[in-house]
Amino acid sequence: MFSRGYKAAVTLPPVLWVALFLFTPYVLMFCYSFWSVSPAQTIVHSWDLNNYKDLLRVDVYWQTLLRSMWIAARVTIFSLLLAYPMAYFLSFQAGKRKDLLYQLVVIPLWVSYLVRAYAWKTILGSDGVLNTLLQYVHLTRHPLEFLLYSPFAVVLTLTHIYTPFAFLPIYAALEHIPRNLVEASHDLGATPAQTFWRVILPLSIPGVLAGATFAFVLSLGDFLAPLLLGGPSGIMISNIVVSLFGAAYNWPLGAAISLCMLVLVVGLIFGSERLGKKWSFS
Amino acid sequence: MGLTTTSLSATATATNSSAKPPLLRVRNLAKRFGKNVVLRDISLDVAEGEFLTILGESGSGKTTLLRIIAGFESASSGELWMGEEQLGRQPPYRRRVNTVFQHYALFPHLTVEQNVGYGLRVARRPETEIAARVEDALAKVKMTAHAKAKPSKISGGQQQRVALARALVNRPRLLLLDEPLSALDANLRRQMQVELKSLQREVGISFIFVTHDQEEAMVMSDRIALLRSGELEQVATPREIYSQPATAYVAQFIGHTNLLKADVQGGIARCVAGAWPVEAADGVALFSLRPENIRVISPGGVGTAGGVRVRGRVRHQAFHGATELIRVECSENLALVVRTSSGAEAMEEEIELEFSPTDAVLVRESAERI
Repeated sequence: MFSRGYKAAVTLPPVLWVALFLFTPYVLMFCYSFWSVSPAQTIVHSWDLNNYKDLLRVDVYWQTLLRSMWIAARVTIFSLLLAYPMAYFLSFQAGKRKDLLYQLVVIPLWVSYLVRAYAWKTILGSDGVLNTLLQYVHLTRHPLEFLLYSPFAVVLTLTHIYTPFAFLPIYAALEHIPRNLVEASHDLGATPAQTFWRVILPLSIPGVLAGATFAFVLSLGDFLAPLLLGGPSGIMISNIVVSLFGAAYNWPLGAAISLCMLVLVVGLIFGSERLGKKWSFS
Repeated sequence: MGLTTTSLSATATATNSSAKPPLLRVRNLAKRFGKNVVLRDISLDVAEGEFLTILGESGSGKTTLLRIIAGFESASSGELWMGEEQLGRQPPYRRRVNTVFQHYALFPHLTVEQNVGYGLRVARRPETEIAARVEDALAKVKMTAHAKAKPSKISGGQQQRVALARALVNRPRLLLLDEPLSALDANLRRQMQVELKSLQREVGISFIFVTHDQEEAMVMSDRIALLRSGELEQVATPREIYSQPATAYVAQFIGHTNLLKADVQGGIARCVAGAWPVEAADGVALFSLRPENIRVISPGGVGTAGGVRVRGRVRHQAFHGATELIRVECSENLALVVRTSSGAEAMEEEIELEFSPTDAVLVRESAERI
């Protein structure tokens, strides 16, 4: 048996960690979301729902939240569309090159987020690589303005950044499918396409759900890509939170928005987990 | 003996190509994985409605042969014919061959019913026909009660039956079974052997059954193809393979046997055990002598005329229920295993043994290969 002291020594660090860096900030944020700011720029500890009412009343807040969700949804779809075929190819077709290709997919994860975002800036800008090329081959006369500082740029960058996150769980799910099931399907007369739709896809659903959750949740809370590449039209909800906690000095409203996002994200994670369990068989 | 002759002649007509062409013809099939030769020069016929067992140790290439017939692997050379068509060029989903996999390979996301209906559904049969045939197939394997269950909720033996129903419902011309009983415990296994055999007779589909269990092969098969290191040692009925083993390996692999190395000179074979007339060329020859073909002569008893007699000391006894196997040391380099039913022999007792020269079967020495 372990001594009481040993048990305490082992349990204490994680408990302290969670208490200090998770529980306390969330409780503080929860409290803040009911407080308000006085005209003299001090925090007033009055408990009311005004911040939540503002969130619904002021167009820019809920519209930005909706736009953020729409951007995140597009990122999710594009990430899945890219990641699934990639994972499928790697798992079923790559053969000996599997390990190498896997590394190639994962390597971008080791590259700094900022570097990748800036890379897109140099590609999409008016003097960027893409516009220069388009004019050079005379496809366009003037630089295309919508490429940079637009929701398009944000979706593109976030898709690039979060596709590996969608890829990993899908790849893991595909790797888990016993290959004799694929053989059994062919044996029973199913063509490769029928085998995909009837066996491989249904059995990889948990991976797809996990990948989609990653892509959606991570891009919903992103603030660097919209900051660097979004321009005024590509602003996302996190940028508003950042400014509320910064220049605007309205911590209570910022806390209320953050809390709404937290509830949204936690709900999503729970939902996708439950759905994933329904689709998992072992 | 009457039984032996009838079953022999029955298979002889079944495999006789002039009466009815064989369902499957394997011709000079070989398979290499890189430098590793897994199968070499396999030629084999499977008759319509036949139960053929491919028997071999692990690594003998038996599963590879089955996978080539199913279409999961392609042969390095050789041909595979089903009737008038070359099977080798068709993908597995075009072959009228179905497989029962070693670990059943049931689709975990589909119910028992949907698993069985899978083949018909991908073939786009009408739903009413699918429902009727699935019901029929499930009834045949006594799984109707579990139609709506997921595979993870039923036992191994039941999964086995579902796998069988899933394959048979498509009415294949040939059913391949890859060690389907190996995951079951001994009792269930024996029961399934009987059920499988009677099911095969009922549906009349040709079965190719792969196993490493010689007893299973003997009980179920019309014919056994014994595979060793990628080559066929012998293809024959269970009785023939037991009583007339072609090689020393076959004799040892199937049942117990004594291998006698004798020197043949002018039609007489001589070894430590004795001498007897034989029809063989001069030189060293190997004989297989089954333990049950050796009799213990009771003290003072008289042997049979023409029998070969040898004395020895009982060194080991193993009780097998109805019979007992005793190991009798006759000389420094000869020990005979004898099957007795009396249990009267005591350890270290000196006894006299006798066998008939006709029971010593001349076998080829199998070349050692790795």
